[in-house]
Amino acid sequence: MPFYRAHVLVCNGTPCILKGSRAVQTALVDEIKKKGLENEIKVVETGCLGISEVGPVMVVYPEGITYCGVTVNDVPTIVEEHLLKGRVVERLVYKERTASHVSAAAASRSREQRVVLKNVGSIDPTSIEEYIAVGGYEAMGKALTQMTPLEVIKAVKDSGLRGRGGAAFPTGLKWELTADAPGENKTIVCNADEGEPGNFKDRLILEGDPHSIVEAMIIAGYAIGANKGYVYIRGEYHQSVSHLERAIAVAREMELLGEDILGSRFNFDIEVFKGAGAYICGEETALLESLEGTRGESRMKPPYPPTSGLHGQPTVINNVETLANIPQIIANGAEWFASIGTEKSKGTKIFSPCGDVLYPGVYEVPFGTTMREVIYEMAGGIKSGKDLKAVLIGGPSGICISKEDLDRQFAFEDLPPGAGALIVIDEDKCIVDIMQNCAKFFLHESCGQCVPCREGTKRLYELFTWWQGGAGSPGDLALAQSLGDVMSVSAKCGLGQFAATAFRTSLPLFEEEYRAHVVDRVCPSGVCKMNNGCESEVV
Amino acid sequence: MILEQKQCSCCKSHQGTSGGYSEVIRSFERKPGNLIPALHAVQAAAGYLSEEAMLEVAEWLNVPVSDVYGTATFYTLFATKPKGKYIVRLCDSPPCHIEGSNAIMAAITEELGIKPGETTEDGNFTFEIVSCLGLCGVAPAIMVNEDVYGNLSPEMIGDIFLKYRKKES
Repeated sequence: MPFYRAHVLVCNGTPCILKGSRAVQTALVDEIKKKGLENEIKVVETGCLGISEVGPVMVVYPEGITYCGVTVNDVPTIVEEHLLKGRVVERLVYKERTASHVSAAAASRSREQRVVLKNVGSIDPTSIEEYIAVGGYEAMGKALTQMTPLEVIKAVKDSGLRGRGGAAFPTGLKWELTADAPGENKTIVCNADEGEPGNFKDRLILEGDPHSIVEAMIIAGYAIGANKGYVYIRGEYHQSVSHLERAIAVAREMELLGEDILGSRFNFDIEVFKGAGAYICGEETALLESLEGTRGESRMKPPYPPTSGLHGQPTVINNVETLANIPQIIANGAEWFASIGTEKSKGTKIFSPCGDVLYPGVYEVPFGTTMREVIYEMAGGIKSGKDLKAVLIGGPSGICISKEDLDRQFAFEDLPPGAGALIVIDEDKCIVDIMQNCAKFFLHESCGQCVPCREGTKRLYELFTWWQGGAGSPGDLALAQSLGDVMSVSAKCGLGQFAATAFRTSLPLFEEEYRAHVVDRVCPSGVCKMNNGCESEVV
Repeated sequence: MILEQKQCSCCKSHQGTSGGYSEVIRSFERKPGNLIPALHAVQAAAGYLSEEAMLEVAEWLNVPVSDVYGTATFYTLFATKPKGKYIVRLCDSPPCHIEGSNAIMAAITEELGIKPGETTEDGNFTFEIVSCLGLCGVAPAIMVNEDVYGNLSPEMIGDIFLKYRKKES
């Protein structure tokens, strides 16, 4: 293995790619070759470095100098000056270059506490060596050689880890139920079907640190007595699929997957299963149906997957972020993990503020952080200095809150974070327009199996569309409300149960605005056309 | 703003003619659980799922034809009719909607001369409105096959399609 005197990390997060980081990377590799430095300097592609607003971004190690806004034309200078002569190119250095508000944002980001994302942006996700160099697979080694499955489950239980996919079920308990359930072919499934609008955190983990998921699944398999794992991943996430498939192949080559792992007599393998575009498959029983090769229609519960999951066998289904916590818990101990967060909410949570914020992105903070901190200090506040109107926490299936709730803490006992999406809406937007868009989403994604969801999503969409067109009638608000209530208690699965949640929670907050649409037939924000429904879209 | 066109290994035979699925299908173990991977593979080879292909998949995996059709039409990534060479997917979920996906939709409609759900006459582009693509950090966003474009404004649409048009001319 050659010894490199310097490493250049080029950010390959989506925002940087859009700003041309791939071309910069190619130019960099070419330039380094031209100067004959290819055996001294290694160019590494990393996951998001977290300062995408000034991209393309690269970091030169061992100095740790961050360059931002790098263009292809800057590359020869960086190679000649910094990499060859050791002189930092001051004009491109991150802090020098950026405006004061960016520095402030960067400073506040030091408040981020990266547990799950600790490797994202600092290692090459395609290299197992780099993952091992930062302590990767140590937790797996510890679990397989020094702990019994029961001890692993106990550690996860003691840590207080709860599911990060939105439902917040205690992970250790889920593992215990599955381990105790009778069945020969137990399975661990990683739910990487990240389809809730506003969520893009799992993508970052899968692209930036895929080995952490492989390692976590081996540990989970060992704990529950499963020899097979599946990662159910969105068909649209091409880069996630390729990084994960590569990670699994390399782990297999190094015999970290396969038979008798580390001489522990434990056998385990993982398969990547590509979804085909269906939001409902994020619901765990629909996901199982899809894995079995059928339409993703949710099942009756109970029985729950820990007793009867894939092909009727006990199955654990964990979200990507949940699993990414596991190696850390095993390596550092349950006590360490439980020391982060609040009394009832342990660890960190990844948030993905988007919509009308200055710096949409992915931020990992300890539980107990307020929404104001995440939206105003980390994500830079509302774009163009406007005022905040509402936030959809967890996405369209989550709750709607107004700025009154900004100082509440994200924690299961205060403001439940859902899966972490924060769809931020500024004062210029119309609440009916947003709800109509949410309703359109659920109408399209309802699997059509049960009546409350199939009919309910359609009727809600129709009502909102009429209101937008100025064709509402005075009784509509009560009608929509009772429809939402019925859906929440009678739909078969989470999709239908939560399809009206955003509307139901926004109604008391913005009742005046709703009334203006329905009764007075005016849109205070001037967004809705109020054309008597003439041009309303038919779906 | 532009990503290089990447072609994944499964798309190498994207231009393939109808027929010739058999080999693709035969590479799968004959069990119903392989239905979705098999449909992915057939579509990658032929561009869409023809009636003949679905019949063949049903027979090979021992799944009722009605189930194959039901599954193929359930998932948005599967197509039972031929689509354009480039599939343009515009996200219209709340984060993109808030950031102006309607204006992007209008710009694409004007640029391509087709409405959502349609394919251009030359068979090059199919335009689809889809649910969240997980690109909310760079909303509004579209995908053209596997290429991602984000932080879009209507003015940028022309340049994006110019690249694909050049490739086809």
